[in-house]
Amino acid sequence: MSWVNAVVQGILLGGLYALFACGLSLMFGVMKVVNLAHGDFAVLAAYLALVIVSGFEVPILWSVLLVAPLFGLVGYVVQRFIIQRSLDVSPLTTLLVTFGLSIVIQNALLEAASANSESLQSGILASGSFQVAGLHVGYLSVLIFVTATAVIVGLQLFLSRTSLGRQLRAASDDQETASSVGVNVRHVFGVAAGIAFGTVALAGVAFGMYSSFDPAAGPQRLIFAFEAVVIGGMGSLWGTLLGGIVLGLAQVLGSQIDPGFGVLAGHIVFLAVLAFRPSGLIPQVAQAAQ
Amino acid sequence: MSESTAPSVRVSRSRRSSIWMLVAGVVLLAALASLPYVVYANVTDLFVNFFILLTLGVTWNLLAGYAGLVSVGQQAYIGVGAYAVLVLAGDGMSPFLAIPLGALTAAIVSIPVSFIVLHLRGAYFAIATWVVAESFRLAVLRAPSLGGGTGATLYGLAGVDPAVREAFTYWAALAVAAATLIGCYVLLRTRFGLDLTAIRDNEVGARSVGVRIMQAKRIVYVVAAAGAGAAGALLIVSQLNVQAASIFSVQWSAYMIFVALIGGIGTVEGPILGTLAFFLLQQSLAERGAWYLIVVGAVAVLMAMFVPRGLWGLVGDRFRLRLFPTGYWVRPAR
Repeated sequence: MSWVNAVVQGILLGGLYALFACGLSLMFGVMKVVNLAHGDFAVLAAYLALVIVSGFEVPILWSVLLVAPLFGLVGYVVQRFIIQRSLDVSPLTTLLVTFGLSIVIQNALLEAASANSESLQSGILASGSFQVAGLHVGYLSVLIFVTATAVIVGLQLFLSRTSLGRQLRAASDDQETASSVGVNVRHVFGVAAGIAFGTVALAGVAFGMYSSFDPAAGPQRLIFAFEAVVIGGMGSLWGTLLGGIVLGLAQVLGSQIDPGFGVLAGHIVFLAVLAFRPSGLIPQVAQAAQ
Repeated sequence: MSESTAPSVRVSRSRRSSIWMLVAGVVLLAALASLPYVVYANVTDLFVNFFILLTLGVTWNLLAGYAGLVSVGQQAYIGVGAYAVLVLAGDGMSPFLAIPLGALTAAIVSIPVSFIVLHLRGAYFAIATWVVAESFRLAVLRAPSLGGGTGATLYGLAGVDPAVREAFTYWAALAVAAATLIGCYVLLRTRFGLDLTAIRDNEVGARSVGVRIMQAKRIVYVVAAAGAGAAGALLIVSQLNVQAASIFSVQWSAYMIFVALIGGIGTVEGPILGTLAFFLLQQSLAERGAWYLIVVGAVAVLMAMFVPRGLWGLVGDRFRLRLFPTGYWVRPAR
């Protein structure tokens, strides 16, 4: 019985990881960039939501309406003025620069807030649950899972159906050819980063409601997001959802075996995928890993 | 002038200034070695931290600057080195004698890990090394014999006079830093160093002229793990205790990256200058809590974007200076 419950909880937890990971997946798929400050930006979004919620006394879900667009803007600016610039120096520079950003954000949060952990109180949403076939399922984890799926479907539709999405794919495939037919590559990359950062804000707020957070929580989130992306297959959005679910399952089933083994079980699955199937479960940009 | 196809240039590996540098280096080393006789332990403690940071910076630079491997997980081997000393001292060995064995243990552990991580590139490599370090941390947390989450105390130095212990710690740190620096320099002057420099400048080009990339990367990875292991061994000996959360902290990677970035990636001199700069920033902002990391991080970001060759790139080029000449000088023959 508890095993069935663990499987359900693992899949739902996978939704949170997928939500974290889809921004990373999008940025890697389009720009071939991994933002090592990804998790720290999510934590920053959670703090921002906390400030808005306590400052204006609005429900958390309203704060998302403010934080997500704001982060979209931040993403555009960060891409145009920091990531693109370091990409022009060398691909390795983007790793160093975003890692530096990560340290700056963590310590700035430490100065502005404190090392104490915070959480976003969402009342009935966090504590409430419903029963299906004898299983207790929390409203919040279902909401997060549905949000993650909706974001991924939305991104998939955006990339395949809209003009901007086509420009993005073109710029990703071949920058020079794309710009020769009139695509403003740097601008569309900025837009992609803006969308990615919007999803980071969503993930950050969702995570803030799901568990407590502190200024140093970012790196752990980045690692989980990256693990989800790699397990699923870099650059494939559906792969990212699958990767998130596999990671969530590994962690929940791992802690079912022994509390405290959960995170390690996730790492082991990730390292095993890297060792035996580096292109992930749904390979898309297989050459990226090699 | 036109018919002189015969040797019209002279190639040398050092200049007259290099000899003076060597003399200065020996004098500096002797001066540093005599420091415990001159100053109090609070000063030598500062130098111990400096040497640890220097060792980490130099070996990380070897990884990232020459082999193109941006590791965010060297803290894995810092931890292995520290815990190896803990275990060996628990078996009755002198902690000072255990330091080289800590480095050796880290090197040995890094060999199987290298088979997983070395076929990865860029961000894959960076985050995979990080996950390895996290896994080591989680594994130690689950090992009560290593102190688990609460940490463990290093025994074996309890009966030693603190002044003597601190002096020996200092000499051990100086020896590790000097050995790392001289070792890297000698390594880079060999044929293998030429391979590494070729990989640094153009990996595809290096492969095409017959450099064995994977072998070179593996050697560098193992050497860097040994350096991190030695640093971890020094850390436990100087602090007398070890905690999984801090010894496996990604903060160490931040320090290494900043040291190499600020000083100049891909040069021998860079990390020395970077460690000095990092240390000055750390000391002058020590009262300001987290601010020093904000400043150091921001400086590193700006350096990476606008001065990718670091402080040494600016200074060395300006004065045509090479403290550790690894290349060749070509001059017209008279």
